[in-house]
Amino acid sequence: MSLAIECRQLTKTWPGNPPVEAVRGVNLQVERGTCFGVLGPNGAGKTTTIEICEGLVQATSGDAYVLGKNWATQADEIRQEIGISLQETRLSEKLTVLETLTLFRSFYRSGMNPEDAIAKVSLQEKSNARIKSLSGGQRQRVAVATALVGNPRLLFLDEPTTGLDPQSRRDLWRIITEFREAGGTVLLTTHYMDEAERLCDKVAIFDRGRILAIDTPQKLISDLGAEHVVVFTVSGESAAALQDDFGISLPGVISVRIESEHRCLSVREPHIAIPALLALINERSLRLTSLTTRQATLEDVFVHYAGHRLTDENSGAVR
Amino acid sequence: MSSSWKMHPVTQLFLARFREFIRQPEAVFWSYVFPLVMMIALGLAFRSEPMEAISIVVQDGGGAELLAETLRGSKSLIVSSGTELQCRQQLRAGQSELIVVAETNNSAAGYRFVFDPTRPGSIHARDVVNDVLQRAAGRQDPLKTTDVAIAEPGSRYIDFLVPGLIGMGLMGGGVWGVGYAIVDMRIRQVLKRFMGTPMKKPHFVAAMMFSRMIFMIPEIIVVLLVSRFLFGVINHGSYLNVMLLIVLGAFEFAGIGLLIASRAKTLEAVSGLMNLAMVPMWIGSGIFFSAKRFPEFVQPLIGLLPLTPLISALRQVMQEGAGTIAILPEIAVISVWGVLTFAVAIRIFRWE
Repeated sequence: MSLAIECRQLTKTWPGNPPVEAVRGVNLQVERGTCFGVLGPNGAGKTTTIEICEGLVQATSGDAYVLGKNWATQADEIRQEIGISLQETRLSEKLTVLETLTLFRSFYRSGMNPEDAIAKVSLQEKSNARIKSLSGGQRQRVAVATALVGNPRLLFLDEPTTGLDPQSRRDLWRIITEFREAGGTVLLTTHYMDEAERLCDKVAIFDRGRILAIDTPQKLISDLGAEHVVVFTVSGESAAALQDDFGISLPGVISVRIESEHRCLSVREPHIAIPALLALINERSLRLTSLTTRQATLEDVFVHYAGHRLTDENSGAVR
Repeated sequence: MSSSWKMHPVTQLFLARFREFIRQPEAVFWSYVFPLVMMIALGLAFRSEPMEAISIVVQDGGGAELLAETLRGSKSLIVSSGTELQCRQQLRAGQSELIVVAETNNSAAGYRFVFDPTRPGSIHARDVVNDVLQRAAGRQDPLKTTDVAIAEPGSRYIDFLVPGLIGMGLMGGGVWGVGYAIVDMRIRQVLKRFMGTPMKKPHFVAAMMFSRMIFMIPEIIVVLLVSRFLFGVINHGSYLNVMLLIVLGAFEFAGIGLLIASRAKTLEAVSGLMNLAMVPMWIGSGIFFSAKRFPEFVQPLIGLLPLTPLISALRQVMQEGAGTIAILPEIAVISVWGVLTFAVAIRIFRWE
């Protein structure tokens, strides 16, 4: 069975002064019937990559095949089979939900009834309401419905839940999961690690136009070698003078990093590392002001690869 | 099958445009009421009175009272009086066309006319006042003349104005309606979203064009009806020719709107470009006064502006009853503009 998406050595350089290398050699393969997550901070090249796959942006070099077809020669056939939701589309506020979906349905040779698309995103009672009167979460569901109305085999969602409240995010997760369970393929970008862990069979971590790692979320976490994170803060006279890698030499500690005032230790066995840490703090006459432990997440994976937190927005490239 | 017709992308895109338009009361107001207000205001301001009295002013001084009394004997004059300063002010403000001063410093009676020779009304006033004074002083005209008054249909200013306003409405509606809507959709990323669907670009462009043509029809009907019942403006030509010109004009200016909006990324940019395109036509294409008033050497240029042939053809049809053959040259220029702007716009159009 052919792949849903295959990218080979994709690059994209936006002309300008200086030119911006948004994508610098991306290879990725998305299997049919899976949900693939593209993670990374703003400016990592996620949107550019997804828009190349959507046929909206032309790659500077490299190939992108979608559903076994080539954008150069079979663009219209690909468009009949994909559904997309852009990062930011403001649909016409004067139209109703049903009118909007009927419009989008008219572009496709085949697809579902506009009413069915509305039902898929649970907006039946808003069918005749104007877009203007909808909340942010409801608008996003309409946007996803416009992607579903052509009965696509492949769904592209660019940051579908950014800026939404928790309930709206869960609503969208349900829609995405249902689509995938019905055999559809999903490519989504997000910068929420929890979203990726929950929805995606596989994720690619992007940073500065490159892929740092591709695998299942579980594999990426276990590959860290440290599935737990110990987060603590200390105070005391010598606290300010502590070195950044304080704690690195303790038993079972894989790596150390600082997140604002917190120090985070990635550890394999917390029951060995924590007593050793407490002893060290005592020895240096420091005072422990907080201590928590948690499971390692994709965020720790990202930090491990990229060396900085996902919420940092200081990377160089543009969206 | 009616459902396949209803689900055609052009129908749906047209319906979307149509709904957006009618659900925006202010847009409807401006496109339908503004041309009417303009027509009524100008029609009233420049109405042709059968006999218009001329306002003149007599400057105070020796002999002024006698002079004023002589002039008041004429029905075609409205006479006031004032000091030199007041007289000058009245002249400047356009309240009087002419200052008449009785000469007192020599023995023979004489009068001085003070006026601006570039004002046609003032020259006319001078001649009328001169006649009145000369006859009062005993002049006998050697020739006998008779006046016969006739009314040439379609020769009033309002008859001239209505085709101009229809042309202006077509221009504004097309350029604003299409240009603004497209840039707005570009900003909202709707164009880009459409590009992610199998929607065909010609379908989109055709829908924009049809919606323009359809929106224009009620606007023009209202202008024609109101001008008919309020000012008695009559179309001396065939309504089919008027319709043909309106459809062609809507097409032409939809093309120009599309071209103006083909690359603009902000509403400010597109507004600037639209004004840049429209100002020469507001002034030069003969909406309010004949384009023939401009010097000879700019006439070829003015004739090629998109609006000039449209207004000129509308006037030929409505005022003179011209047939289709007579307006073929204008139709050709309008069509070339329409086709050319569409072709260029589609080529350089920025969808994202």
